[in-house]
Amino acid sequence: MQKIPTFRKGGIHPDDKKVLSNRQAIERLPVPAELIIPLSQHIGAPALPLKQKGDRVEAGEKIGQGASFISADIHSPVNGTVTALNKVTLANSVVSDAFVITPDTENPMGIWEERPYEAFSAAELQKIVKDLGIVGAGGATFPTHIKLTVPRGKTVDALVVNGVECEPYLTADHRLMLEHSEMVVRGVMLVARMTNPKKIIIGVENNKKDAIVALRKVIAEHDFPIVVTPLKVKYPQGDEKQLLKATIKREIPSGKLPLDVGAVVLNVATAFAIYEAVAYNKPLIERIVTVSGEAIATKRNLRVLIGTKVADLLAYAGLAEEAETYIAGGPMMGFAFYDDQTPIIKGTSGILAFTEEAHKQAPVSPCISCGRCIAACPMGLQPTKLYRLIDHRQYSEAMATNLMDCKECGCCAFVCPAHLPLVHAMKLGKRLGRK
Amino acid sequence: MNILFAFLIIASLGLLLGLGLAVAAKKLAVKKDERAEEILAVLPGANCGACGYPGCAGYASALSKGEAENGLCSPGGAETSAAVAEILGIEASAVHERMVAFVHCRGNNELTQRDYHYQGIEECSGAYMLFQGDSSCKYGCLHLGSCMRVCPTNAISRDALGNMRVDPDACIGCLKCTLVCPTKVIRMIPARGSHAIACNSLDKGGVVRKICSVGCIGCKICEKKFPDSGCTVTNFLSEIDYESPMTQIGEAAQACPTSCIVEAR
Repeated sequence: MQKIPTFRKGGIHPDDKKVLSNRQAIERLPVPAELIIPLSQHIGAPALPLKQKGDRVEAGEKIGQGASFISADIHSPVNGTVTALNKVTLANSVVSDAFVITPDTENPMGIWEERPYEAFSAAELQKIVKDLGIVGAGGATFPTHIKLTVPRGKTVDALVVNGVECEPYLTADHRLMLEHSEMVVRGVMLVARMTNPKKIIIGVENNKKDAIVALRKVIAEHDFPIVVTPLKVKYPQGDEKQLLKATIKREIPSGKLPLDVGAVVLNVATAFAIYEAVAYNKPLIERIVTVSGEAIATKRNLRVLIGTKVADLLAYAGLAEEAETYIAGGPMMGFAFYDDQTPIIKGTSGILAFTEEAHKQAPVSPCISCGRCIAACPMGLQPTKLYRLIDHRQYSEAMATNLMDCKECGCCAFVCPAHLPLVHAMKLGKRLGRK
Repeated sequence: MNILFAFLIIASLGLLLGLGLAVAAKKLAVKKDERAEEILAVLPGANCGACGYPGCAGYASALSKGEAENGLCSPGGAETSAAVAEILGIEASAVHERMVAFVHCRGNNELTQRDYHYQGIEECSGAYMLFQGDSSCKYGCLHLGSCMRVCPTNAISRDALGNMRVDPDACIGCLKCTLVCPTKVIRMIPARGSHAIACNSLDKGGVVRKICSVGCIGCKICEKKFPDSGCTVTNFLSEIDYESPMTQIGEAAQACPTSCIVEAR
């Protein structure tokens, strides 16, 4: 039997809890009464507003213009009216200007017709990706057109598509690969046309065997040059650095990008969005969100419009009991928030609600220097040392101890027997050390 | 005989090295600026950095070279400034008024509403990272005491109600607490100031009233009824002009509906 690959250094095995929602087919959430569309849904400069209060908007119409090189356009998900331009706080504590859009009562949704796309050149495809506001759907929301524009002098020899979904609870990518395998695979082929890789790999963790079968079936039907690689389950395999290590055995040097080792990494949900953009001229106006957690009555995978309030999702899924904490994203790297009026943005892969019992925090005790965090860190850092430096406000020292290589995956905090808030400390250290 | 040889070798070696050291001490001597040494002796030695130089030694050497302005030492004040002027042989410059830090907030965890229960690191910036702090008021004190821990003279303490307070007599005006405070609720006021506004919120009155019972609601009673109090309201926040005589400030403090004009001393 062939050995199933994974990355070697560090990593953890949290209870994945995917069984709660991985049999729930994707459902479409009805159009809510009000949408909040923030202008800062991506990494980089916020988009500039193109509409004002009282303006009419069409579904798919551009309402925010990307402001600089690293930025992305924002589109209206529905036909409707802009009722306000407010400031909102997103789940990740970013304060952003946001359109409040009231959808029309009749026919709020746009109609997306299929168009022939085989004739588009690579440059035309890249322009479509840029104009339709596609950003990385995995959570980091990096504008995709920058990733797909390979700079002169660099070549891509591996396109690695991320179907790992290593975060516990989340099943949105799993359902997407299972139910829309054809579109995902076609999206991957479009990306391949833009980047010209020598090989194309889709990495999928071994706990999604049905998705692997579904993808392989579609690939075999069309005879596409794509390899689906099953990966041994280990968190944080969905990070691009660990994924490249697991699939093509390459290590990205500190502070570099996948392109520096000749690879492009892209999420399956991004590939799906690219296919929709190219084949239907449909901007990134909706995404699949897993609604799960112990406080949710029926866990679901919902297809929701960008800008839908969390309260609408919770009302649809039903709260079993009073939720104590909400998390946007997965439980390891997601953001805890308290306001259910927070909108879903392009990077929100899940909404989790927990009861007080489920998220209870153990009391913090002093570090005993056991070194478990060092063993768990996939980046080979020394979280214990970094924590001590940050605790003593030695921020520049912490920066010199490679604090910036920390990607806040939470492995160290997960294994810490003293329950120290290690990730919180790393985030704080980065913020204060950068000054 | 052997002992004698050993003795001679060691002795001559010692003599030789000693000679080398003596020559090196003369030839490689580092010139010391004596005036800088003298100035350093009269500076308070708090190494607080309020002057903008790295510690007292840094300021002293800059002063002796004529690069720094005299009178920047806020802990030392007029006395130090005069002593430095004497050493440098210049006229004592006008001393800046002694300023002390003041926490412009009295909204402890009971008086001000909280958005969520913060469980992270005991550091104000840590809480500020998450939705600008757990307090519903995004301008106020977060009560985690980062200022207290950076204060070089232990002038800041937590009172019985959980509010952070600065002892104006112990404060040396080094500004360290104002730099570490993420909400900038600590600002400097003149040490002679009898009263201060215990609120930092620029929210509208209605918003403040909803989330805090001791915040300035911008009602302008202090400004209109007590024109000699020195209070003016801009951006829904009252501010005291310490240059004015401030004769009615006591009455204004009595009349303030949320009693957020408090005694500073």
